[in-house]
Amino acid sequence: MATADTNTPRRLQVQRFRPDDNPKKHYLNEETGLWSWLTTVDHKKIGLMYLGSITLFFLVGGIMALLLRTELLSPAESFVAADTYNQIFTLHGAIMVFFFLVPSVPAALGNFILPLQLGCKDVAFPRLNLLSYYIYVIGAIFTLIAIFTGGVDTGWTFYTPYSSTAAGGNVMMMTFGVFILGFSSILTGLNFIVTIHRMRSPGLGWNRLPLFLWALYATSVIQVLATPVLAITLLLLTMERLLGIGIFDPNIGGDPVLFQHFFWFYSHPAVYIMIVPGFGIVSEIISTFSRKHIFGYWAIALSSLAIAFIGFLVWGHHMFVAGQSSLSNLVFSFLTFLVGIPTGIKIFNWLATLHKGSIDLKTPMLYILAFIFLFTIGGFTGIMVAALSVDIHLHDTYYVVAHFHYVMMGGMVMAFIGGLHYWWPKITGKLYSEVWGRIACTLLFIGFNLTFLPQFIMGSLGMPRRYFNYLEQFQTYHQLSTMGAYTMAIAFVIIAIYLVHSIFKGKNATANPWGSRALEWQVNTLPPLHNFHHTPVIINGPYDYHKPMAEFQLGIAETHNGHGSGEHMEDATSRSAPADS
Amino acid sequence: MSQSSAIPKKGDHVQEHFVNSNQQFEAAKLGMWIFLVTEILFFGGLFVAYIVYRSWYPELYILASDHLDVWLGAINTTVLIGSSLTVALAIRCAQTNYTRGIIINLCVTIALACVFMVIKYFEYSEKFELGILPGAHYTYEGIAHEKANIFYSIYYMMTGLHGVHVIVGIGLMVWLVIRANKGHFSSEYYTPVEITGLYWHLVDIIWIFLFPLFYLID
Repeated sequence: MATADTNTPRRLQVQRFRPDDNPKKHYLNEETGLWSWLTTVDHKKIGLMYLGSITLFFLVGGIMALLLRTELLSPAESFVAADTYNQIFTLHGAIMVFFFLVPSVPAALGNFILPLQLGCKDVAFPRLNLLSYYIYVIGAIFTLIAIFTGGVDTGWTFYTPYSSTAAGGNVMMMTFGVFILGFSSILTGLNFIVTIHRMRSPGLGWNRLPLFLWALYATSVIQVLATPVLAITLLLLTMERLLGIGIFDPNIGGDPVLFQHFFWFYSHPAVYIMIVPGFGIVSEIISTFSRKHIFGYWAIALSSLAIAFIGFLVWGHHMFVAGQSSLSNLVFSFLTFLVGIPTGIKIFNWLATLHKGSIDLKTPMLYILAFIFLFTIGGFTGIMVAALSVDIHLHDTYYVVAHFHYVMMGGMVMAFIGGLHYWWPKITGKLYSEVWGRIACTLLFIGFNLTFLPQFIMGSLGMPRRYFNYLEQFQTYHQLSTMGAYTMAIAFVIIAIYLVHSIFKGKNATANPWGSRALEWQVNTLPPLHNFHHTPVIINGPYDYHKPMAEFQLGIAETHNGHGSGEHMEDATSRSAPADS
Repeated sequence: MSQSSAIPKKGDHVQEHFVNSNQQFEAAKLGMWIFLVTEILFFGGLFVAYIVYRSWYPELYILASDHLDVWLGAINTTVLIGSSLTVALAIRCAQTNYTRGIIINLCVTIALACVFMVIKYFEYSEKFELGILPGAHYTYEGIAHEKANIFYSIYYMMTGLHGVHVIVGIGLMVWLVIRANKGHFSSEYYTPVEITGLYWHLVDIIWIFLFPLFYLID
């Protein structure tokens, strides 16, 4: 509502007081009781509920991975039957993708951090936010029912005709669960886009938006555009089993490759849903722990959007050997190479940020350095399988398995855990043990490479994926891989122990333990229920490390209606009256 | 939130986390537009299935389309376009503080939507009697094409899903009528009417594409 007084330059008050380190009232104790959690519309609490749920699913998916690796210690059947093995790898994939990776950073960390970084009280639609969490829970319940009523052994991709015929276990329940889950993802994306567009605090232009938010924005665009296609695909698959509509089922005259096109039109962009938010975390942490302005702000911001865009044009590279025309193969292969460009831009900008920075190797930073190393390998091997001739050899081998684990686990999981450590003091108000943090990170890094480097080798030697049996010549690689998986399990247990320990016994964190310039560190630790006592006016950018902390100030809007007056900020910085606190 | 005299008071309808009424309105409208985009992509999958099968079996579409009643389809198209007009009038009434107008226009919209569903019901039941059922249950022998079942699978999926959207729209508008009756809407606050109107226009537009694609093939 543009009123006349927004056109006159205002005097700007500056927040002179530092944020409280341990305020008496904060978001965790202002409302208490189970009911207040279940009905909360507070983005921070919803973020925490998501965090708890995805941790649970990460545990379940992780245990399944350990079962798979244990079975693969020796060729032939040792303790898991072949059919059970198929069910376990299907559920490992489906749970890790749909229940952990997709909601991990956006719905858990993003929910918590996004409004804090925007300087607003909550996301645009808080009740929709809560609804999206409950939709996630309902989807999870359906999946659990599917697991206990026959399981699913189609692979997480639900390819027809296997998934549309009677075989394959309780596919209908499972696809229905994932169908429901998709709406949770759509609602989160929708909420974030609207919040970033409409709820930015005064002075926070697009050129000052933290890169984590740019990444979440790009992710939300993919979520909103791609997930409905998954929804209709799974609905058609459900109808295929329920009514036999025959669009995908060759027995009734349908086309199974059409299903693959539909499925990958969502699921390829979805791998960018799973990695782009990780890029955002990397940008935040690298800048904070290098004490340096991020190098190439716009390049990093726009390359996220470029990845989101190109990601929609490459789905055909999953069907190079599925009977696609040579022309399509050629085009999809070329377009897939293009993804390497914006990704490379990001990597080089991060390295340039590190260059001549004052690097502080705290735990979050270690995870991010691991990310850069592992993700680069994951990215390069992606280029290799995008090459047509090479892919014919490598298709459906362990090489592909290793490739996407390097991207998803070496990339996203590392970024997620790095982000969790980075924001842990803000979320819980406690500091974890730095020593144990570094030990666990090192162990995780070693275990990860031990697990997946051998898989590249045996994949290129021809070991096919998804088999519970193998030739004896591959046994050494499989055993190395299994040892690596156990190492990672130990690392995750250590992480869980010291994080839980920090909640009860950890030292209290200050409001800004890392000396970060981003807005979420300029509020109390723990943050108040409504985030900000005053509407903040953004004077400095989130990466202004060239200014001393003393000069780093936060404005306070004179009226609550400060929006749309960002253009007057520059001439109105007559820092006059100290604010009342 | 501390409120001093310099701050204009927010209206009762403004939720606490918004700065003012305008921000809330703009956020809701943007949210609805994004939701409509997801709807288009949702239907988009079906449109792609339609296009793929039509390019593979063009003669099937011509044969099968003959069994759809152009007149019923045309009447339904008119009915839905009319309902789009009345819902737009309801928004106009809200902007001019004319509550009775909101209620009347919404009721007409609901009535037209019901007419649409009744005509659809007669179309469906006539097909069911002939044995024109989706996919595997298809038994009709009047169409000389082996893939006729797939044409009708796509037909039922698209029109059925559209029908579900019409029913949801009816539900939303009943809710709006109840709220309008309580005097909730005025030129200050009519966001729900506006965004439901947007939704209804989308339902209308999808039908405007479905009608020629299924009924008007020669």
